[in-house]
Amino acid sequence: MKRSKLAAAVALAAFAGAALVGCSSSSGSGSGSSLAGTTITYWATNQGPSLQADQTILTPELNKFTQETGIKVNLQVIPWTTDDTKILAATVSGKGPDVLNFGNTDAWTFGATGALLPWTSSELSQVGGAGKFIPNVLAAAGQAPYTSLPLYSQAYGLFYNKAMFSKAGLTPPTTWQELVSDAKKLTNPATQTYGLAIQGASVSESMHFAYIFARQNGGSPFNAQNQPTFTTAGNVNGLKQYLDLMSSGVINPSDAQDSTGTLQASEFAHGKAGMIMVQNGSMSSLASQGMSTSQYGVVPIPAPSPLPPGGQDLASFVAGTNIAIFKDTPHLAAAIKFVNFMTSKSEQQILDEKYQLLPVLSGASQNFLSDPAIAQTFISILNTRAQPLPVKANTEAYQQAVGAQLVTLMGKAATGTQLSTSAIEAALQSAQAQMPASQ
Amino acid sequence: MSHTDVVSRSAGELTAPPAAPHHRRAVHLKRMTPYLLILPAVVLELLVHILPSVAGVITSLFDLNQFYLRQWFDAPFVGFSNYSVALNFSSSVGDALVHSFAVTILYAVVVVAFSWFLGFSGALILQQAFKGRGVLRTVFLIPYATPIYAGVIVWDFMLQRDNGLINHVLVDDLHILGQPAFWLLGNDAFISTAVVAIWRMWPFAFLMTMAGMQSIPEEVYEAAALDGAGPWRRTYHVTLGLLRPVTAVLLLMMFLWTFNDFNTPFVLFGTAPPPSVDLISMHIYTNSFVNWNFGLGAAMSVLMLAFLMVVTGLWFLWDRRGHRHGW
Repeated sequence: MKRSKLAAAVALAAFAGAALVGCSSSSGSGSGSSLAGTTITYWATNQGPSLQADQTILTPELNKFTQETGIKVNLQVIPWTTDDTKILAATVSGKGPDVLNFGNTDAWTFGATGALLPWTSSELSQVGGAGKFIPNVLAAAGQAPYTSLPLYSQAYGLFYNKAMFSKAGLTPPTTWQELVSDAKKLTNPATQTYGLAIQGASVSESMHFAYIFARQNGGSPFNAQNQPTFTTAGNVNGLKQYLDLMSSGVINPSDAQDSTGTLQASEFAHGKAGMIMVQNGSMSSLASQGMSTSQYGVVPIPAPSPLPPGGQDLASFVAGTNIAIFKDTPHLAAAIKFVNFMTSKSEQQILDEKYQLLPVLSGASQNFLSDPAIAQTFISILNTRAQPLPVKANTEAYQQAVGAQLVTLMGKAATGTQLSTSAIEAALQSAQAQMPASQ
Repeated sequence: MSHTDVVSRSAGELTAPPAAPHHRRAVHLKRMTPYLLILPAVVLELLVHILPSVAGVITSLFDLNQFYLRQWFDAPFVGFSNYSVALNFSSSVGDALVHSFAVTILYAVVVVAFSWFLGFSGALILQQAFKGRGVLRTVFLIPYATPIYAGVIVWDFMLQRDNGLINHVLVDDLHILGQPAFWLLGNDAFISTAVVAIWRMWPFAFLMTMAGMQSIPEEVYEAAALDGAGPWRRTYHVTLGLLRPVTAVLLLMMFLWTFNDFNTPFVLFGTAPPPSVDLISMHIYTNSFVNWNFGLGAAMSVLMLAFLMVVTGLWFLWDRRGHRHGW
């Protein structure tokens, strides 16, 4: 009896030990055999208005790739809500896709795990070199050696309803003060019409605006030594600038509950909101709500005039999606070929047009958006009035900490609470305390 | 076990005695049978519950963040530093944890109390046979049987301010409220979340209580009635009294489940719940899977585990005293 108990215990311990060790093992890299007939797994992000739309857009392109190279691609479209968790699970277990997408603001956090293939000059030469990308956009992926490459690019713009503006006798705003006064003129609670619509409960959107408006007011989330500096006056004033929109009543208070953007797109498309501040990728959502590009115009998000001390005339950050290869992939050569395909000039043109996204390649033609004028506006925003988010490994924690606080503050503003500067500062202090200490 | 022992021994003696080691091995095997039968369950329990919990406790002693995910064992050992961060009540992290803890306790108490009350009332009413009792019983169980996400997402739609069913009924139809309210923001969010949780939990209380009531013999009620007890006194002394063991276990289980409730706040609010519904499970999730600071998240988990074990220990003491007084 004792012996069998002991034997069972030892077996269990060995089992447990093997299970734990298995968690952190990594498999070797791929062999150099012929590529035709291999299958690679690709986790694409949800760039279209629905997961199904992504499948419809990508599948013909992937078939093209298979015809050219004989490599089959197993496509999975991952919703944004689970993207991070899936990548985390893949990183820890060592079992993931061969090629994957993620938002470029997460590039450094994922890169820091060591799970992604670093693009050294030998790999870069197989995709045409790093010089083929727009420098601003490539900078958002960090510094060499890059762990991901730009795939799609986006920028924020201020969309305005042409009919509502002309009816009220307004011109698109060029300063923040003008934006606020235009919004007030367009607001009529009796008809449930408001000047602006926002995604008040979206953590990522909130963080983006926290960054943009902080920079407009002279603040920055991190200093030169990578220390978080969330509570400086510039950051606080930036958040206040965004929150005051809700407090001044130009936004439908229900928007404070919108985390997916459906309410916002619907309000804008049906003339219930005069302006929205969204990325160009939202144009496909507007189209699916029945709004044509002739009904709206786009201008850069304005900054306060005159600019506060230290402020920048920033209209957007360099948003976008990056493509990366898992270091542990057994199909390295096939994966690099696929990345080359996806970042090639011809494919970029097709995908940008279908998704309504901005190019990442230098010198790309500008006819990728259905409206050339809008395309031109976005290109100029991307090139001249956008800057990448701080490229530090803590960006994801920053996004969650500050974004979540701003969502809470927006909720308070929507329910009528007056937000003082000290309340905002306290919220930012709380966010800063949550940042992981190590770098 | 002693019975099988005796049987196997006498069986061995009755049959022609085999060689001595063979006999010992047969008896050995028969003695091992019960252990072999429960071995799969034990192994699975270890793998699925115990070992991950132990791994969690070990993780809490390390500074495990995104840099060390691929090589866990390289993460620096920091001893109780994660705990001191979590328990430093003057810092915002510790302060937030205490606030979250208080909210979760209040939430658990409210949800368990109402769920149990509704479950008990429902079971009491459905004790008498009447037409449609079977249908009602099935309908009452639906919230518990519905997949969690489907049920909570429907509630999410109903709680929307502009288009939601709740506001439509309260404002437009019944005119109870003058203005549509925010059910997913501010303090009202706590009420909404509690209502959703009660909606899910009460059928379980109903089911358990009903099952317990079946085992109360009719004679006890009759005897009480003969002694002059009215319906309320009968309910209080006979029904509640004889249900004590069931109720005790039921309350403990519901408290533990509600305290750990992650699905309801996550589906309703995502990773940014309003402060009034900042439940501790969400807190831990945000620190682990969003900030990728697994050491801190693990420390918070261990603290939560310690608290729940204290609660369970106190429950056992209370329960034991009850048994000694002879329920």
